[in-house]
Amino acid sequence: MVDAPRPGSWTVGTVSSTHPETPSGRSIWIDVPGWPGNIAGQHVDVRLTAPDGYQASRSYSLASSGPEPRLQLAVDKLPDGEVSPYLVDEIQPGDMLELRGPLGGWFVWKEEQTAPVQLVAGGSGVVPLVAMIRAHAASGSTAAMQLLYSVRSPEDRFFADELGALDNVTYAYTRSGPTDAVIGRLTKERLEAAVLPVGASVFVCGPTGFVEAVASWLVDLGHDAGLIKTERFGGA
Amino acid sequence: MSIFTRGFSGRGRENNPALPPGQYLTEDFPVLSAGPTPNIHLDSWQFTITTETGVVHKWSWDELMALPSEDIHTDIHCVTRWSKLGTTWRGVSLDTLFEGVETDYNYVMEHSYGGYTTNAPYEDLRDGKAWIAHTFEGKPLDPEHGGPARLLVPHLYFWKSAKWITGLTMMKNDDPGFWEQNGYHIYGDPWKEQRYW
Repeated sequence: MVDAPRPGSWTVGTVSSTHPETPSGRSIWIDVPGWPGNIAGQHVDVRLTAPDGYQASRSYSLASSGPEPRLQLAVDKLPDGEVSPYLVDEIQPGDMLELRGPLGGWFVWKEEQTAPVQLVAGGSGVVPLVAMIRAHAASGSTAAMQLLYSVRSPEDRFFADELGALDNVTYAYTRSGPTDAVIGRLTKERLEAAVLPVGASVFVCGPTGFVEAVASWLVDLGHDAGLIKTERFGGA
Repeated sequence: MSIFTRGFSGRGRENNPALPPGQYLTEDFPVLSAGPTPNIHLDSWQFTITTETGVVHKWSWDELMALPSEDIHTDIHCVTRWSKLGTTWRGVSLDTLFEGVETDYNYVMEHSYGGYTTNAPYEDLRDGKAWIAHTFEGKPLDPEHGGPARLLVPHLYFWKSAKWITGLTMMKNDDPGFWEQNGYHIYGDPWKEQRYW
């Protein structure tokens, strides 16, 4: 496995393919020659440069991990965003952008971590958690790992086919879903029923309000705050 | 770098001179925390400054509130690339809290409820550059933004402004804190883009 490579300077990547994930999100694969590899859960800074030299940079979680120099981003479009609408609607294979990373040494899963792992995703917060699911499967780790995925509706699921083939994923649909499913925002009771018992290592990623609620419920339910790692996006 | 990204023209064109390189403006207030927001009660809250001799200077919430607070108008810059301009805080200057503290050490470790730490040079916390902030835009500071009180060191990236502050410990050396051990820069000047190692 990769041992916490450090980010160097900006490096050029070339988009190799894209794939729609949801009505507002898509995956982008980027070839980055010389990429030092990354650990599951890390993120990358992405920099776009307009022809006149204007630049904009943002951070995105990686859905990929390991030594391969092909990165997968999965980006959800923010209605008033500057970079995400371009990545979701415009970018094409062959287009170039710059990347810096891998970044972040905290919100990561490594195969030597043998504790059972509960992942809790809200919306596009599933991206770094999918990297962990993949790394876990590839490692042959015998530690339990399961995902609770809160998402608006079935069509808003990122990685729908891939996650749909797994038996360790539970969905919590907030707006619409199958007729036999409970629809509505997650509650403490539903969270308790869906997650591994106290003692599991927990990763929570999603919008700020979602992560705040889930993390504080987990503490209320007796989970050790020191075993709960969070990553949030958006304002409060 | 001479590449450009086909089809990208940019939208914000934020050439605001108050914006450090590589930052974008945000109007909301994003939250970056490594773990759950701790539950802190004001009646047991305390803030300490510990020096190399083992002397511990201690304040309760009421004692902090009895000290003079001042308004701080400042811009804040997060290493995750958002900046928020023209924010207004209220807090107690660390100059006030360091009065009567004797130390020969040049570095400080900031300690938070919940176990977070971050390091800073002592000189960056003095001379009107740092506060214990308890009020944001006229209201008590929200827990998710570090309430009841956080350190405010706005000339450095915002991870240096420890949320849920509970103590400062003087250090002989510039030992790395939490994010500094997890890939972030030891000092964190946003104008020099000191983001990562």
